[in-house]
Amino acid sequence: MAETTGQGAAAPAPTPATPARTDGLFLCLISPVMRVIEIPMLALQRMLGIHRLAWVFLLPNLLLFGLFAFLPVILNVAYATTGGANVLLADRPYVGAENFGFLTDCANYLDPNSCREDKFWRAVWNTLWFVTLQVGIMVGFSLLTAIVLNREIRARGFFRAVFFFPVLLSPVVVALIWKWILQREGVLNAFLDWTGVGGYNWMVDADWAFGWSVFLSVWAHMGFYTLILLAGLQAIPRDVYEAATMDRASPWRVFRRITLPLLSPTMLVVLVLALIKGVQTFDEVYAFTGGGPGTATTFIIQYIYEEGFAGAPRLFGLAAAASLMVAGVLVVLTLVQLWVSRRSANG
Amino acid sequence: MNHWKLLGTTALALGLAAPAMAQEIRFMCYSDGNECEVYDDVLTRFEAANPGVDVVVDVVPYQAILENLPVQLAAGTGPDMAKVTDLGGLNQYYLDLAPHIDTGYWDASFGPILNWYRVGDRQGYYGLHSQLTITGAFVNATLFEQAGIAMPGSTATWDDWAAASRAVAEATGTPFPMAIDRSGHRVAGPAISYGAQYFDAEGNGSFEGFGPFAAAFVGWNEDGTFARDVWASQGGATYQDAAQEFINGQLVFYYSGSWQVGRMDSQVGDLFDWQVVGSPCGPAGACSGMPGGAGIVGFEQTQHPEIVAAVIDFLAQEDIYAEVAARTRNLPAHAAVASAGVQFEGASPAAQEALTAFAADLADVSPIAFAYQGYAGNRAMFGITVERLSQAIVGELSVDDAVARMGEDLAAAMAASQ
Repeated sequence: MAETTGQGAAAPAPTPATPARTDGLFLCLISPVMRVIEIPMLALQRMLGIHRLAWVFLLPNLLLFGLFAFLPVILNVAYATTGGANVLLADRPYVGAENFGFLTDCANYLDPNSCREDKFWRAVWNTLWFVTLQVGIMVGFSLLTAIVLNREIRARGFFRAVFFFPVLLSPVVVALIWKWILQREGVLNAFLDWTGVGGYNWMVDADWAFGWSVFLSVWAHMGFYTLILLAGLQAIPRDVYEAATMDRASPWRVFRRITLPLLSPTMLVVLVLALIKGVQTFDEVYAFTGGGPGTATTFIIQYIYEEGFAGAPRLFGLAAAASLMVAGVLVVLTLVQLWVSRRSANG
Repeated sequence: MNHWKLLGTTALALGLAAPAMAQEIRFMCYSDGNECEVYDDVLTRFEAANPGVDVVVDVVPYQAILENLPVQLAAGTGPDMAKVTDLGGLNQYYLDLAPHIDTGYWDASFGPILNWYRVGDRQGYYGLHSQLTITGAFVNATLFEQAGIAMPGSTATWDDWAAASRAVAEATGTPFPMAIDRSGHRVAGPAISYGAQYFDAEGNGSFEGFGPFAAAFVGWNEDGTFARDVWASQGGATYQDAAQEFINGQLVFYYSGSWQVGRMDSQVGDLFDWQVVGSPCGPAGACSGMPGGAGIVGFEQTQHPEIVAAVIDFLAQEDIYAEVAARTRNLPAHAAVASAGVQFEGASPAAQEALTAFAADLADVSPIAFAYQGYAGNRAMFGITVERLSQAIVGELSVDDAVARMGEDLAAAMAASQ
């Protein structure tokens, strides 16, 4: 007992000596600086009052945010409301809503051929079809994969890595891999020739090129959404499943009555994120098909890029107007996402 | 004390160095082969003759010349000089070399090609046409020989070549009878041979008369005469050539241009015999290729206009121009150099023969093609041609709709350019 007491009395305090010395040194260095800063800060506080002083501290961040977020939006509006091919705003004539009018001048929005700027509407419809198919297939497959990977299967860690791996690849690498596989003398055709089925010129057929673009995009991004859904599945309490097992509920009933309802907040987040990402699709499909054949895989972001930067003359106004229209759609989707997130956070 | 001495010495050194640094000329250059390397080499002679002048050759990808240079120039941050292909399109930024050069020598040497760099009332001396190119056809002579089919003659039409190429491809099991680069510039010669005017009565860009060629070309893509992969597998106005198919022996007739000779020479080698047959004739009577190429221009925003003009004038001198043409294996635009003939360095007999054939074809260039190459709006027209013709090939638009859309696109582009 005495020994124990003695040991307890002799035990050193749990404060490491080195950090304390470092802190001391740091304070020695910083104190004079702080004293110098304190003088104008106190004067500022007296002048502005303590509440307004918060804005002074926020100012650097606000300036950066304004410079890199608000200013580009303002510039975008400025370009969208001016015409011509000049880069400098001072050299561009004000045209009001003319660019928006040019883009939306259509006899029948369902038929791009009846639109003045048919390329824009082809891109819009391609994007809508692409987003519908890609998001639907991707969320479905992600859910399926997440459910399988959530089970006690052999080499589960390996399969999780396999499904996530494409997410780590650069979009251009993804496009080049699949182009290499699907081109006329590609791997797939070589295999089909070998089996006797015979190859096909996939990249020249508009429907196939579109279909493969959807497939490629699903392949490249599915892992990310699988991971989110997997986290959602693991957050569902085990005891709910145990209770269902005791009640002898069938697996389908368990999925329908327990898994899906409890996973729906996560599913909604995944859905909205996938929608936003789908509307923004550009790089991998552009590197994969260049937007062809014809305009079969030209999506809205590629249209903006080509009008503003790749074409001649560079129609910055038209590109800016189209990008503001896309921004409007993305803002709506983002608001939906925020609403969904808040709703799920509040239970 | 030592620090003060060091600072003083540095300031003095910087002060002394300032005049030399002030004479640095940035030359933005892209290469189809070895052009920038050769310019860098010959310009050391200019530097030796002009102490204190340093011409820095910045080698950039062609894409940078097409996409970045115009933005840099608009923003006032461009180089002093550059090698460009949008000859008339960048005219507003060009430095007029006239006050610094012997204009008589330039007129005699480059004649009407100087007009390619002139737009509207800016009629000065702006560019040294360093690479003259012309579009024309490469033919796989070995395949014709294997098929036992005679090659059409020099006055053969596009239809004659289409029939012959199809027959050769069928007899030899070659996948593609014909191909033409996916480029508005490349189809311009054939289109003119089919009656395309490219200009209206006021001299403005127009797609008047483009329909017959569009119909023929779309038909050839549908019936497999032309390799559908080249035009139909891309979107937008993206450039796509078929050189690799020709080099791989998968193509009988390949319509491209003189700049491909070096590539054919080095990559085909002894694998098969190839030859240049120029441009076939069309129903409008013309057998025209499309001239083109690249030129070296100075920019008004340079701080050293005299030096920039001197550098360009140095490269325009007959002996230097002839040396560069020979070393880079490019057709000369310089009249005296062309008439003297160029012995292209390191070129095989086939390449030498091909370049000679292309040079001979320059005589058949239609005046419309010559004017179209110098038209400031040609780049817009090239892009429109590719986009709309591709849509007709894949069936998104009928030929008539595609040609009508081309006219509308051009009107919109011209309105924006105003």
